[in-house]
Amino acid sequence: MSTHGINIDALQRRPWDTIQDADVALSVEDLSLSYNGAPALREINLRIPRRRVTAFIGPSGCGKSSLLRCFNRMNDLMDGCQLTGRVLLEEQNIYSPEVDVSQLRRRVGMVFQKPNPFPMSVYENVAYGLRIQGMNKRRRLDEIVEKSLRSAALWDEIKDRLHENALGLSGGQQQRLVIARTIAVEPEMVLLDEPASSLDPISTLKIEELIYELKSRYTIVIVTHNMQQAARVSDMTAFMNLGRLVEYDSTDRLFTNPRQRQTEDYITGRYG
Amino acid sequence: MRHSLTAFLSRRGNRLLRLGEPMVWLNAGAVSLSMIAVLGLLGLLAFHGLGYFWPRPVALYEMGPNSRVLAERVSVEQVDRAQLQAAGYPLPAGAGDIARLLLKRGNRDVYGTDFVWLLQHEIVRQSFPPDALRVEREEWGNLYGFLEAVLRDGEVVADTASTPEATWQRFNLELERSRRIHAQIRKLEQEQIAGISRRLERLQDKRDSPQFRAEYAALESDYQRALRKLETLYAEDARHAYRVRLADRQLLTLPLGQVVRAVRPNRMSLLEKLDYYRERVWEFLSAAPREANTEGGVYPAIFGTVLMVLLMSIVVTPFGVLAAVFLNEVAGQGRITRVFRAAVNNLAGVPSIVYGIFGLGFFVYGIGGEVDSLFFADSLPSPTYGTPGIMWASLTLALLTLPVVIVATEEGLARIPRSVREGSLALGATRAETLWRVVLPMASPAMMTGVILAVARAAGEVAPLMLVGVVKLAPSLPVDGIYPYLHLEQKFMHLGFHIYDLGFQSPNIEAARPLVYATALLLVIIIALLNFAAVTLRNRLRERYSALDAG
Repeated sequence: MSTHGINIDALQRRPWDTIQDADVALSVEDLSLSYNGAPALREINLRIPRRRVTAFIGPSGCGKSSLLRCFNRMNDLMDGCQLTGRVLLEEQNIYSPEVDVSQLRRRVGMVFQKPNPFPMSVYENVAYGLRIQGMNKRRRLDEIVEKSLRSAALWDEIKDRLHENALGLSGGQQQRLVIARTIAVEPEMVLLDEPASSLDPISTLKIEELIYELKSRYTIVIVTHNMQQAARVSDMTAFMNLGRLVEYDSTDRLFTNPRQRQTEDYITGRYG
Repeated sequence: MRHSLTAFLSRRGNRLLRLGEPMVWLNAGAVSLSMIAVLGLLGLLAFHGLGYFWPRPVALYEMGPNSRVLAERVSVEQVDRAQLQAAGYPLPAGAGDIARLLLKRGNRDVYGTDFVWLLQHEIVRQSFPPDALRVEREEWGNLYGFLEAVLRDGEVVADTASTPEATWQRFNLELERSRRIHAQIRKLEQEQIAGISRRLERLQDKRDSPQFRAEYAALESDYQRALRKLETLYAEDARHAYRVRLADRQLLTLPLGQVVRAVRPNRMSLLEKLDYYRERVWEFLSAAPREANTEGGVYPAIFGTVLMVLLMSIVVTPFGVLAAVFLNEVAGQGRITRVFRAAVNNLAGVPSIVYGIFGLGFFVYGIGGEVDSLFFADSLPSPTYGTPGIMWASLTLALLTLPVVIVATEEGLARIPRSVREGSLALGATRAETLWRVVLPMASPAMMTGVILAVARAAGEVAPLMLVGVVKLAPSLPVDGIYPYLHLEQKFMHLGFHIYDLGFQSPNIEAARPLVYATALLLVIIIALLNFAAVTLRNRLRERYSALDAG
């Protein structure tokens, strides 16, 4: 690291302090996680800004997906999963006992690595979350389905195939359908767990454009393997390694001027 | 060149293994052997079973001037000469085996048996008289002879000696009339009189009510009227008779009302034979059995088999699915669950007769007895549900097939990708909602597989049924037009047991043998049809929920 261009401020403050309190959608405090005694996350502290895209990068097994799954309590489903610390969504700890997990997951939607549409029609896939909430009015459902599919940039492609099986769509279309399904229930936050890793380059591009569109309305957190993707779509980037948060900063700064040696090694490809 | 044998063989073996060719041949051989076995079985059943309904020619065998037999040839076999000699038959000189014919002579009322053996060399002359008559009767089996005359009130109205063709036509005319009378009698007996007696039975319950006397009198007079009508019909029927001459020139006069069907097989054209064949196959499928099950049809057995299998499926499917969901979704995957699962799997290996004994002890005597003492105390000591019946049989078979459904459903549940469940949970669905809306629909093809296997197993099961509800001859079907329409406490007939009964319990083995084949073929076809229906349903479900192939 050369001596010039170092932001002394950045070295002296803790990374999450760069975000103003009022802009924080979710904050993680001293979060540690272990599976059957094997630690996966160690004392993570981090603040996710509202209506921005935050990317988690890092080598395989660094804990970025585990961290993401803490935000909607998906880890609860794993046997032998133990967690300490707090995750505050709009200043409420989502791990406190009075929280209704279903309610939480409606507020924090999630899109998985592999497209996982249900074996139903396109329409029913998008309406699924609404039906779960007890909505059955046909007109209202029609409206929301159309709106969600338009938001997911899928409407024009499949408006004539709404009642066909969703499994007949291409991989990219399926993933955008899953995004439409997620935003149909109007969440505050959307978690994307390597959403483009199983897609071809063109589909990936479409997903990235979609993320860019969506960030005006939703807080987005994306886990990705692909550093170019993180650089393209995100406002903030967190680099994780071995269960620790190594560096968290604005994407520009993290990629052009990383403060940590590990980060630099990783983004320049020197890390194995 | 000196190679040891083992080295040679191992080199040789390695080369064969590498080629893979012998393996392909072995596989193909195993498959073809199984196919041949299955097709051979079906072919055997079809050959013996379907041939039975074809009208065989009736031959007149003459052994001497006063020794004649009019019969259908059933089979020919070669018998060892020494064996016959030892049995005391006078044989001509010579060597080699002797041909022996098995003939269906009929006329059991006259001769005592239906079948007779004849040595080929004793036959002097064999002919196929065109007028030979074959009569199927309600009692005493077939009659073979020549039509002599048609009688009414003991008077001859037409006789073959003067007007042969007119007599045959008159015979058929009277037969038609008698059949109509019989249809009326059957209707009267089964519908009207049975209905009246049921209503009388129910009337007994409200013996104290004021209308009792009036209603009773009305029913009583209905009953008397029906009875009088029945008497007139019987009297009308009894007026008609026919006279036949047997092969040994005996004359017999028999009531026309006993005739089911009369044909002259030697005169039938191919078209008539086909029509006759169709008629008899239809009778086999649609009529009740006669003559200790050796004649007539197997409709009650078909009905009983299908109804029992359906009832069983209705019971076993929800239970099996619930158990599988519990084992796979609800219970933690620990040691206890593993023990449970092993126990369930082992249940599939318990011999079926054990289930029969359990069903008899637990369902019939235990639950059935309890039900009787609680709800049917009036009719005790004669049991209502405390006796073998179709419901207990269905429950016993449901128990027997439960492991199959559980195992198949569990496999289906386990194959559903985690990502789909997570997708549903991530949208705010609870585990129960996810199970109901996504997981169970996706596992439905696997459940159908379980039901298919269960049906296949249950339809072919006989041993436990003999203890919990199957009978040789059920007086009525378990479903009829009388409230409550489905009579679950009744005993029923079953094709599998029917086969056993025909083959091993029949007083007239030779007569029953072709029916054993025909019934066995029918059972195989019915199981195949039930399976086909279930497989079609499963394929439709698979098309809808094909996520497993896509993911």
